[in-house]
Amino acid sequence: MANTSISGALEDLSSALRRSTLIATLGWQDVRQRYRRSALGPFWLTISMGVMIGTIGLVFGQIFKSPMEEFLPFLAAGLILWTFISSVITEGCSSFIAAEAVIKQLPIPLSVHVFRQLWRNLIILTHNIVIFPLVMLAVGKAPSVHMFLAIPGLLLVLLNLVWLCIFLGIICTRFRDIPQIISSLLQVIFYLTPIMWLPSLLPQRAGTYMLDLNPFFHFLEIVRAPLLGQLPSIENWLVTIGIAAVGWIATILLFARYRRRIAYWL
Amino acid sequence: MASIVFDKVCVDFPIYSANARSLKKRLFQVATGGQIGTDASGRLNVRALDDLSFTFQDGDRVGLLGHNGAGKSTLLRLLSGVYEPSSGHAKINGEIGSLIDIGFGIDGEATGRENIYLRGALLGLTRPQIQNKLEEIITFSELGDFIDMPVRTYSAGMHLRLAFAVSTVIRPEILLMDEWLSVGDESFKHRAEKRLTELVASTNILVIASHSRELVCHTCNRVIWLEHGKIKMDGPAAEVTAAYFGPPPNQ
Repeated sequence: MANTSISGALEDLSSALRRSTLIATLGWQDVRQRYRRSALGPFWLTISMGVMIGTIGLVFGQIFKSPMEEFLPFLAAGLILWTFISSVITEGCSSFIAAEAVIKQLPIPLSVHVFRQLWRNLIILTHNIVIFPLVMLAVGKAPSVHMFLAIPGLLLVLLNLVWLCIFLGIICTRFRDIPQIISSLLQVIFYLTPIMWLPSLLPQRAGTYMLDLNPFFHFLEIVRAPLLGQLPSIENWLVTIGIAAVGWIATILLFARYRRRIAYWL
Repeated sequence: MASIVFDKVCVDFPIYSANARSLKKRLFQVATGGQIGTDASGRLNVRALDDLSFTFQDGDRVGLLGHNGAGKSTLLRLLSGVYEPSSGHAKINGEIGSLIDIGFGIDGEATGRENIYLRGALLGLTRPQIQNKLEEIITFSELGDFIDMPVRTYSAGMHLRLAFAVSTVIRPEILLMDEWLSVGDESFKHRAEKRLTELVASTNILVIASHSRELVCHTCNRVIWLEHGKIKMDGPAAEVTAAYFGPPPNQ
């Protein structure tokens, strides 16, 4: 019995991936629906993100007395990535709840709903990422070859986000108070993670706790560091891979156990 | 070869938010079909289907009869794979298609063409498959140039024609329906009827929930009468309809 439900969970995931047309169509439709009849569409997000980066950059750059050519690209990369990660997690909490009508109507693999919101957020990320080269240009920093390492980094982060979304999605469907807790937690993590402040500003001892023990620091770092022309540390890579492995095992077990119940909980 | 085998299938819906139990519970038991009870851990449950066992094979045209709340829709959802039984085993072999709520997933702001892709993807078609059928769907729906207009500008009839045209391109082995679909004005109705009859004829197993005697007698060769989530009667259409609706009027 336990075996068949694990294979059922894996089957759900693989058949979801095989239905990429559906995922892409639904994800696109979400973005289009939000911005239909608006002239700039999703680029409104880009503009507001740009304005935010500019403002925070000016204020905090002054407060921390950080040199702009270092602080601004750091802030831009960090904020764009964090916005992506946090909206994937927030929306991941409600991916099954939001898809209630579909889940109760059509026998579509459940993980389709997770991939759908991931795809939607990736589309928005590609709109936002446009800001980064502009910032680099503005501060006169040259791109480096390390930049390409951001791609495997992002893939690894995505791997982590998928399990996190399925895991949280199941729990949040059953216990409807969890999404609120998660969104408060994300606020806290935002300030704990070096996004608006440079890690080099931390005193040595505090740094070991606030950085090394914060998984989101490692997630950000394996994408952000290459974008800034640095190499992520081996530790960043290992922690991210390790969390993915542990997280996926836990998620498969949870998904196998409760996958059939999700429709009943809605 | 398609088949459906149900062995002692039960469906319990857990109710997590119901606190006021005693009075409500009594009232519900009288008013609706499901049986409300608590499980071992004291959780409140609504038993929607209770101990169903049956086998459907190729050629079966099954009608589901029963009052509102008897469990017809839940049974259809179980057959479509949306729900899995809380206990017992449901074995379903064959590709399933459903004509329940054909307007589902249609986005008013998107054009008719976009909606064909959307609805097609929800039905499990790939993009090339939809592209192949696109012309046929557009021709059948008689929408003409409106196909590139947002669906919110459509009349109710056009809306239904689009939904019907897309939903009936599937050719499943097991077809699930909730009442017969009847759409559009006289001329369209006629073509819709023909298309639907073809679709029904090409499936191996049809399961249709209905309140209409005429429909059940006309399309089904087997009828299951559900009451309070249990099978009250299972047999040839003529026999069960006679028991459910009373003796046939013409005899």
